[in-house]
Amino acid sequence: MSWPVLYAQLVGANRHSTSLGKVWLSVLFIFRVMVLVVAAESVWGDEQSDFTCNTLQLVFVSTPTLLVAMYVSYRNHSDKKRLLQSSGRAGLLSNKGQEEDLETLKKRRLPVAGALWWTYACSLVFRLLFEGGFMYALYVVYDGFQMPRLVQCDQWPCPNLVDCFISRPTEKTIFTVFMATASSICMVLNMAELSYLVAKAVTRSLCGQKERKTCRKSSRVKTQNKTNQKLLVSA
Amino acid sequence: MPLTPPAEPDPEPKMNWASFYAVISGVNRHSTGIGRIWLSVLFIFRILVLVVAAESVWGDEKSGFICNTQQPGCNSVCYDHFFPISHIRLWALQLILVSTPALLVAMHVAHRRHVDKRLYKLSGRTNPKDLEQIKTQKMKITGALWWTYVISLLFRIVFEVTFMYLFYMIYPGYKMIRLVKCDSYPCPNTVDCFVSRPTEKTVFTVFMLAVSGVCILLNIAEVFFLVGKACGKHLHTAGDSTMGVWIQQKLCSY
Repeated sequence: MSWPVLYAQLVGANRHSTSLGKVWLSVLFIFRVMVLVVAAESVWGDEQSDFTCNTLQLVFVSTPTLLVAMYVSYRNHSDKKRLLQSSGRAGLLSNKGQEEDLETLKKRRLPVAGALWWTYACSLVFRLLFEGGFMYALYVVYDGFQMPRLVQCDQWPCPNLVDCFISRPTEKTIFTVFMATASSICMVLNMAELSYLVAKAVTRSLCGQKERKTCRKSSRVKTQNKTNQKLLVSA
Repeated sequence: MPLTPPAEPDPEPKMNWASFYAVISGVNRHSTGIGRIWLSVLFIFRILVLVVAAESVWGDEKSGFICNTQQPGCNSVCYDHFFPISHIRLWALQLILVSTPALLVAMHVAHRRHVDKRLYKLSGRTNPKDLEQIKTQKMKITGALWWTYVISLLFRIVFEVTFMYLFYMIYPGYKMIRLVKCDSYPCPNTVDCFVSRPTEKTVFTVFMLAVSGVCILLNIAEVFFLVGKACGKHLHTAGDSTMGVWIQQKLCSY
């Protein structure tokens, strides 16, 4: 499993996330992927299959962020096209100026508004669904989060009811509980981020509904006051 | 800090301690001198030792754990009873948790830089050189950053102490036992089970405990250093106030 590749993709999309999104990414990589690779894989190392489940969950949960990455690259591509067309028509920009503009286009951070807002919100909803779905699946398939020490089995070709012993059940239970807790923390972060996005959109539309002039003027005055305060403090 | 982790003989690259080091060492620039020493101790004497040496010592802990019985399942059950969680995993979790408060500081620094950038833009200084300077300048540990830093240090100390306590609860004493007696089902009676490499494990356990202790001391020293520095600065700037003068007089009279 090539975690660095996944990490590189997610970090790229992360630039356009909110702060909560960045915290989510850190929690995901440090408390889940890192723990999985460094510790948990060796606990399940002498098992046959149980680890595929956790890895699949992490991959699925990371993929909705790629929706955001795809949308951002689509936006950049169409803006680039527009820039090249307008500069070609005007014929005024030199090569260097055009290169600088293209560089700023690549490096800029898109505000989370409009269609990007919808893409981002959809990716959050999908993340929540995948997390919840996998937690539920784990709970149902393995009858709770505790790993039993002994299972009794009478499947063919076992001659009668036999005792089967699972290796390291306590350690496995500890790690299963740890991963379930980290999953829940990630779900809480995702829900908080979704509420934050919705609240931000609602306030933005309310501000837009009021008289646009007074709103803009008062917000400009507010920003100027804040700047003045900060300049005075830093002096 | 020019430290390169050992090259692992893996054909497939995986997210490992090297990438973790890259993430954590980014915080290093904004640490105090003691903080940098702590980070070096963490990476050289704990993570490197864990990865290069300790993992191979504990590698055959399950396969090398042999009980004096032919009863299937007895080995497994007795191993689970005496070793609920392996030392290696406990240390790995401890290192991960102890390093994460540093990310609080990294997030605060990133937030401050973002605010500074906005300030520069609003005041009209949009020269790319100025904006680059914001990225590379070292933040002074003052104001809200001081509090974030001290809180992260306190969390580190709490995590270290908690893990040492957990270690003591799960494995009382530092010595690894050579022989355990086990009579859990399905072992037919009390059987002798032998732990693999007990002496080597004892050596590493003592080493890791000692280094944990050193790290706790470094963190406590750093807290005192920061508090002392802040107090000193406060006394110096409050020289005009009557309280500051009174404190200075009292200190000078000793």
